[in-house]
Amino acid sequence: MVSVTFHDRLIRFVAVSKHWVFLILTTFLFSTQAEELTVVSWGGSYAKACKDGYIDPFATESGVKVHLADYNGGLAQVRAQVESGNVHWDVIDVETQDLILGCDEGLFEPLTILDLPQGLDGSDPSIDFLPGALTECGVATLVGAGVIAYNSESFESGPPSTIEDFFDLDRYPGKRGMRRTPIVNLEWALIASGVAVTDVYDVLSSVDGLKSAFDKLDTIKDSIVFWEAGAQPPQLLADQEVVMTSAYNGRIFNAQVVEEQPFVIIWDAHARDYGHWAIISGSTKTSIAEKFIQYAARSESLAAVANRISYAPSRKSSWELVGKHIEMDVNMREHMPTHPENSKRHFTINSEWWAEYKDDLTERFSAWVSQ
Amino acid sequence: MKPQNYSERRGRWIPIMLVAPLVAFIGVTFIAPLGSMLKESVYDAEVANTLPGTVALLTQTWDRESLPSEEIYRKLASELIERSTEDRSVIGKVANRVNRLVPGTRSVWGKTARKLKNIEASDFRATLIDIDDRWEELELWHGIRQAGQKFSSRNYLHALDLEVSDEGNVVRVEEEKRAYVTLYLRTFYVAVTVTILCLLLGYPIANAIANASPTVSKILLILVLIPFWTSLLARTSSWIVLLQGQGVINDILVAIGWVQDDQRLSLMYNMFGTLVAMTQILLPFMVLPIYSVLNSMPPSYMRAAASLGANPIQAFTRVYWPQSLPGVYAGSLLVFILALGYYITPALVGGTKGQLISNMIAYHINNNNWGLGAAISMIVLVSVMLLYLLFDRWIGINKLKLS
Repeated sequence: MVSVTFHDRLIRFVAVSKHWVFLILTTFLFSTQAEELTVVSWGGSYAKACKDGYIDPFATESGVKVHLADYNGGLAQVRAQVESGNVHWDVIDVETQDLILGCDEGLFEPLTILDLPQGLDGSDPSIDFLPGALTECGVATLVGAGVIAYNSESFESGPPSTIEDFFDLDRYPGKRGMRRTPIVNLEWALIASGVAVTDVYDVLSSVDGLKSAFDKLDTIKDSIVFWEAGAQPPQLLADQEVVMTSAYNGRIFNAQVVEEQPFVIIWDAHARDYGHWAIISGSTKTSIAEKFIQYAARSESLAAVANRISYAPSRKSSWELVGKHIEMDVNMREHMPTHPENSKRHFTINSEWWAEYKDDLTERFSAWVSQ
Repeated sequence: MKPQNYSERRGRWIPIMLVAPLVAFIGVTFIAPLGSMLKESVYDAEVANTLPGTVALLTQTWDRESLPSEEIYRKLASELIERSTEDRSVIGKVANRVNRLVPGTRSVWGKTARKLKNIEASDFRATLIDIDDRWEELELWHGIRQAGQKFSSRNYLHALDLEVSDEGNVVRVEEEKRAYVTLYLRTFYVAVTVTILCLLLGYPIANAIANASPTVSKILLILVLIPFWTSLLARTSSWIVLLQGQGVINDILVAIGWVQDDQRLSLMYNMFGTLVAMTQILLPFMVLPIYSVLNSMPPSYMRAAASLGANPIQAFTRVYWPQSLPGVYAGSLLVFILALGYYITPALVGGTKGQLISNMIAYHINNNNWGLGAAISMIVLVSVMLLYLLFDRWIGINKLKLS
């Protein structure tokens, strides 16, 4: 009796489970057929520009299935994956500061042998990319800028035009929006007190220089409204909560062009930073990941992004391909940080310097805010 | 006898087995993380394990007043070369640790490790100083020695705006660097004020819900619960829409002529905005415990008080209020502890005064300084536990009632 029921059960079990085995086997077979790559970026309209600009074309051309994931910056997740040995991200879009820290700590693969494509005009990558764009662990594909922007409705006559005006409460009274971080704000404070853009970090490194930066910030302290997320500044301007605010140039561009807000960017003393692609250490797909970065770093790919959102290509030869916005009747060149009209006075955020002083100055900034 | 014994024994085991999953759950999700956080705040072996020889020499033979001996320079150079050929990332980790103690020294390490590989040196002190003159700074060596101690209280000192002076005394840091003590005080101030506001607003609401007719009380209860179920960010954003300069409240005040258009009130980006938004968000945590206590209180008590000649005020202060205290304690404790950990709402509506201690914990956790983040968390945790003990001493924890 017992053996019969057992036998029955066994047969039923096999009969049911063979479907499962078949299903699991087929999914396994199909999933290994196409190569896959997990690409991590910032989400929103920027990630969409990259997806339409070169990620989808890369997938079609190479047959690699690309999964696009979002993150909010920082190295916490990357570090957790690398240290646990369970790496499920392959390629990641990182800020310069995180690239430097991650490269030093072995979180990113060195890209020393990466064979980057030549420029559109045949020029060698080493001279076609802007200075500082090619580093040990990353390839920069775009240039973004921290800028001051204002709502033209707040100024009927004689709007502000320089970084000095941002710190001038007498001529331009009203609240100022500012990101709650010392980064860029200390640089702007120094430039507004007369330090040349090229000397900013030398002066900041000295005790007196740092003090004069905080003294300058003190002059507008009571008028500051702090923001945390990049989406806030356009909102602050639209609600006229502030008359001027620091912001990311791409966000203001979106508000100007897509939402038709009367915002104006003050390009004077804008703070440039690169966005880099890097490969996470321990990724099992480094060769596909390298192919992806090679594709993403082509002159055409960079221009494809620049024609969708106002982040400038990091290669000189891409400039020729930057023209009208892909949907709107907008000339993209004049919205780029690297346009000659916009870059009369500017500086590149010194991420090496900030990697050394960020913790210390964030505490000091926070102490200053609290006093 | 035997079977009875067996079932008795079994009977004793069953409750233990039933509790076991809970104990395991608490162990894994509460005790273990707390323990590892405590360890993180006092223990860091990265530098000691990477540069053991250098750290040993610095602790044992260095006089701490002049530059270290040639022997120490040579030891450091050889350990740097050895470690960076094995795994270059460990040098990056050492650089981060030392840079936290001596800001501005991070890049010394990578640069030195890179250049040393191609140099045949005999005088290591001169060679290192030649590579980077920061090797001539005593402060950097002090930093390496300190970072090399596996167990230390430096995170706790740092989290209290203290430091060890060159003479070895614990002193406060320079005034412009005192970041934390102000934040603890402000966090406690906000939490206490919000608790008091919630009690003042919540008690009458709870009373109304408990004493209204069933239909009305259901509607009131729903009105308390709906915001409770709404996302925190959505509620915070709604307060921004209401309170801002061009917001609903100011628009109404201007429209009815109470406020001039060019003199709109500053209702947010200050302490007022923080208190209003946090009070509204935390109100349900005060209302619900008080309501549940009031609801179970027989109405006959108040009638008895009245029939014995108490006027309404006497009846309230001597009969109603004392019996509602368990709910008041429970609600206040809940609101106070939740308010201590808030930071998104104050950060969005609080302006320059919107930064609380949790913001700094989040910053340090995100920036890989878990030791300092853990130390700040432990300080907050211990202060809360002290308050809890005081509460137990004065009032008694058995007086707490959640339902």
